Amino acid sequence: MDLFLWGVLPYVSIALLIAGTFWRARYDRFGWTTHSTQVHESRLLRIGSPLFHFGMLFVVLGHVVGLVIPQSWTDAVGVSDHTYHLLAVSTGAVAGVAAAAGIGILVFRRFKVPAVRKATLRSDRLMYPFLLGAMLLGLTATILNSTGATDDCNYREGISIWFRSLFTFQPDYHLMSAAPLAFQLHILFGFTLFALIPYSRLVHMFSAPVQYLFRPYVVYRRRDPKLTADRAARRGWERVR
Amino acid sequence: MPRREATIGRVMAQIAMVMNLDKCIGCHTCSVTCKQAWTNRQGTEYVWFNNVETLPGQGYPRRWEDQEKWKGGWERTRSGRLRLRAGSRLKRLGQVFANPELPGIDDYYQPWTYEYKNLIDAPAGNDLPVARPVSALTGEPVDTIEWGPNWDDNLGGAPQNAPLDPIVEKIRDEVGEKIRFEFEQSFMFYLPRVCEHCLNPACVSSCPSGAMYKREEDGIVLVDQDACRGWRMCVTGCPYKKVYFNHATGKAEKCTFCFPRIEVGLPTVCSETCVGRMRYLGVMLYDADKVADAAAVEDEHDLYPSQLECFLDPDDPAVAAAAKASGITHEWIEAARRSPVYDLIATYQVALPLHPEYRTMPMVWYVPPLSPVVEAVAASGHDGEDAGNLFGAIDAMRIPVEYLAELLTAGDTHPVEAVLRRMAAMRSYMRRVNLGEERDESIARAVGLTGTEMEDLFRLLAIAKYEDRYVVPSAARADADALAEAHPLDDTCPVGEVAPNRVLLNLSPTRRSA
Repeated sequence: MDLFLWGVLPYVSIALLIAGTFWRARYDRFGWTTHSTQVHESRLLRIGSPLFHFGMLFVVLGHVVGLVIPQSWTDAVGVSDHTYHLLAVSTGAVAGVAAAAGIGILVFRRFKVPAVRKATLRSDRLMYPFLLGAMLLGLTATILNSTGATDDCNYREGISIWFRSLFTFQPDYHLMSAAPLAFQLHILFGFTLFALIPYSRLVHMFSAPVQYLFRPYVVYRRRDPKLTADRAARRGWERVR
Repeated sequence: MPRREATIGRVMAQIAMVMNLDKCIGCHTCSVTCKQAWTNRQGTEYVWFNNVETLPGQGYPRRWEDQEKWKGGWERTRSGRLRLRAGSRLKRLGQVFANPELPGIDDYYQPWTYEYKNLIDAPAGNDLPVARPVSALTGEPVDTIEWGPNWDDNLGGAPQNAPLDPIVEKIRDEVGEKIRFEFEQSFMFYLPRVCEHCLNPACVSSCPSGAMYKREEDGIVLVDQDACRGWRMCVTGCPYKKVYFNHATGKAEKCTFCFPRIEVGLPTVCSETCVGRMRYLGVMLYDADKVADAAAVEDEHDLYPSQLECFLDPDDPAVAAAAKASGITHEWIEAARRSPVYDLIATYQVALPLHPEYRTMPMVWYVPPLSPVVEAVAASGHDGEDAGNLFGAIDAMRIPVEYLAELLTAGDTHPVEAVLRRMAAMRSYMRRVNLGEERDESIARAVGLTGTEMEDLFRLLAIAKYEDRYVVPSAARADADALAEAHPLDDTCPVGEVAPNRVLLNLSPTRRSA
């Protein structure tokens, strides 16, 4: 069971992520969008969306630092374990609470505004529980860990090493079975969410438009008659009945 | 005529449109046929690529001209460069999660339909069944319909609504005069609007994904539906609010200038179905290297003349040579020579751009309406077709002229007066002709034209037939010509051989001598 959960499932999830992203890019660029609902409702979105997105940017950054940088490195530059956790918990708490408050507003909006509720996709119904679950479990794990309820588990000596071992294709799955339940669940929800990214609106995270800063303002394109002629019918505007 | 400078830069061709506002009867046929063709789908219920507004009025979406609020178009920085009014690129990327200047559905209108089924399905009873209005977005009943795409049509509700017209507000502040919306003292005209297919499009420049583009061949501005990611910056960028967000697909959509029709030489649907025959389509050649400077001139009043100077005279051999060097085919240069749009914009200079102060260099131009002036003269018991009376009235009727100037020339009344005088002179001159009186060259001379030109302009505005109003060169022919140039006929016939790929047929229009 441990082997399956911590040695196989992560790879399945990443495989689904890569395959799905490839499928989207190759066959369904039309479906690749933010599916913004701002045209229906702006007031709540203007608070909730930036809170969530900027919060999440820092949360992701925090995860990368915590999981990828080995403890020995921070020890080597003289950052004590205590200082590290103080920094991680304080910045992480701000980002995490911002993101959680943001998604709270967004979910409330999705339920309360009729037009937004109507615009909810089937993929949203699947994805949102995992997104909310992963976020709440992550916050719970952090709170439990910093209040000492989990016997002061140092995730950098267990979970992080396991996470890095995934990249060498020799997952150290025993390390995970010793981790507290809240962390285990958080990770399971997280990997499920990874698998869902390309099949839901979350795919828009891969098209962060950084290139906008470097291109000329006006874009010109030539007609390509061959492109139009040879193009098979693809997903696009719905047919008019 | 715009003066041509010694050097011509890169020549580009654009299919442009001119609308003669005097002939618009406000029938909305263009809007309806356009909607049937392009936006009768889920997600575009509220979208009208073509709409007709009654002016003075708030327009669609409401108060779209208020750029203090919507931040559309360009602004000139102190260093003389252009920047999107909504802010720098970095700032816009920071606002990608919630665009503070995005019109909401209420700024357009809540689209609705009626429970028609109820009329048929209701069981027999004593009461007549009713079809209640329901929201087209949520399906829930709507108690009161409060706004629509042309709610203030024909000045309906003008005493309440029209004072909120941004131009009315501006004139009131600047001129200190009150525009009256009482029945006897009001003026009105219609303004049909489509995408302007600008030379310096702010929507294209706002798109973070680079999904919007201007076509090199005909200047049509389009959204690549596969590349759009729904960041909705283009909706804000366009000062005319002619890019819309499809809430079902999550993609931006806009007027396509009916490119599938244009490509085969047919006019757009709105032009084809225009009952008043007030639309003109044709090719404009312009110097692409001049556009950036022309859009950045300091004085807003210079924007109209500076755009005029970008246009090139297709009858000038040097222009034709430069156009050929830039890859424009003979058919397109020929079409540019017959372009009714070029005549109205450049030769006779009776068409003006819509809101040039947005600095986007729009390419749908308007012949301003003379009718408010003529009607006022006629209503006062004078001869509404007498040149002297009309000239005097144009000078005296400050409010309609100021209003038109805010709309078409960034507030400069001189070009508007010049156009109205030209139109008034044409009316008087042609009345004499039609009544069999002697031709009065002095009327033509008073507005800087000859009698022949006057009759030419009259033919163009009053009786131009289908093929005179729409001169659209086909793209297919241009493709074929380009292919023919790339693959000159040689002795071997490519069709007979076993070709590795598909064979391109040579459609060269000229026969090779044996």
